[in-house]
Amino acid sequence: MPAQVITITSGKGGVGKTTAVANLAVALASDGARVVCVDGDIGLRNLDVILGLENRIVYDIVDVIEGRCRLKQAMIKDKRLPNLHLIPAAQTRDKNAVSASDMNRLVKDLRSECEFVLIDSPAGIERGFKNAIAPADRVLVVTNPEVSAVRDADRVIGILEAEGKGPGSLIINRLNPALVRRQEMLSADDVLDLLAIELIGIVPEDEGVLIGSNRGAPVALDPKSKAGQAFRNIAARLKGQDVPFLDLDTSSSLWERIQKLAGRR
Amino acid sequence: MNETNSLIQIKGLRDGLLVSLNDAPWDEQLSALLSHVDAQPAFFQGARLALDVASQVLKVDDLVALRDHLSERGIFLWAVISESPTTQQTAQLLGLATRVGKPRPEETRQFAIEGLGEETALFLDRTLRSGVRIEFPGHVVILGDVNPGAEVVADGNIIVWGRLRGTVHAGANGNRKAVVCALEFSPMQLRIADQTSAAMRPQTQTKPQIARINQFGSLQAENWSPG
Repeated sequence: MPAQVITITSGKGGVGKTTAVANLAVALASDGARVVCVDGDIGLRNLDVILGLENRIVYDIVDVIEGRCRLKQAMIKDKRLPNLHLIPAAQTRDKNAVSASDMNRLVKDLRSECEFVLIDSPAGIERGFKNAIAPADRVLVVTNPEVSAVRDADRVIGILEAEGKGPGSLIINRLNPALVRRQEMLSADDVLDLLAIELIGIVPEDEGVLIGSNRGAPVALDPKSKAGQAFRNIAARLKGQDVPFLDLDTSSSLWERIQKLAGRR
Repeated sequence: MNETNSLIQIKGLRDGLLVSLNDAPWDEQLSALLSHVDAQPAFFQGARLALDVASQVLKVDDLVALRDHLSERGIFLWAVISESPTTQQTAQLLGLATRVGKPRPEETRQFAIEGLGEETALFLDRTLRSGVRIEFPGHVVILGDVNPGAEVVADGNIIVWGRLRGTVHAGANGNRKAVVCALEFSPMQLRIADQTSAAMRPQTQTKPQIARINQFGSLQAENWSPG
């Protein structure tokens, strides 16, 4: 099976791109796939922290590009999953250290090493973003159910279309079903109505995600976590499996469910 | 839309067409531009073209070749806009303008295309996403949505066969008879000629509406009724 190169991007910062990359990588790898994550956020790296690999970095992506080490030397093996590797970003350089053709070359070499290459894009629509999408076969756009994040996602989708990278697939992250029910948050339908692209997953708001990120143990490793299950489902869909969307409504309280049954919404 | 054409953005200017290229390799851009022209020869025939080449560094040979290719196709290249000082110098060397917007007076009446005027329409069959700005010296017809953050500026009318949620300016040259209509009418901002109105009340019903300047001189939107 040829490698799939998937870039995760969003436009707006802080919507959960890096968390999504870490969780999808873990979910794909724990299902047996060989996965390499590439941190494209040069100068502001943090994918290594979320994966819990920061203390093992010797070489980074800029070292590979500038020829100071071999590709294999910069691939850090995950301590839990031997078929998961990370190529970290450089912390001491900036986005101008890498060009789109550098990324294309690097990713071309990775294609023979694995089944999935996941690229974490920096926020924004400038050079770092352009570099991150250049080698992508497929782009996932992460957004939160809030107006500003959706606006930025719309802009990014427009750019993806113009660059011939297709409209991408959408991950709606941090959806809070209780707020949606009270009409205090955009619903998944509202977001899809505006962006009009394929939905690949809805991840519910879950404090376990933050705790997992801080501990370097992505929540997709936790079989009981609802958000983890959502990420595992997205991973399965990336493999081409047809997985039904989670029913997020079951997380509501007993009282709300009784109200719903009684037709009082 | 195929990949090569999407490298290119075309905008109607008062005195010709402005084609914007990006920083992709020059050879690719050139062939994309030429294939775009060849796909619609009637549209480009006789056009006055200004080319925005972003930060491309172009030598005399590049621009001469470009001008020859274009003139073979009946297109007159009169300006090259660039962020690169080298390219600007090259353009000046060849007697090309390096800025648009302040056309030389004797050329203001010439339009890019024979007969391009108020009654010409630009047809777009796609959704305009945030960050897209369309300007056209005639009518604009959009088969798709205009999302929040997108902008359409037209000297004539603006017809949206879809949801209008962005910013629109019809009659931008001062035509107070211009109208804006949409299947779902909730623009973020509506302008006709010199009249401006911030977001209309959120739409609960989704009937097609049409907005114009009424007899009191203010903007008014009403439900569309056929006949």
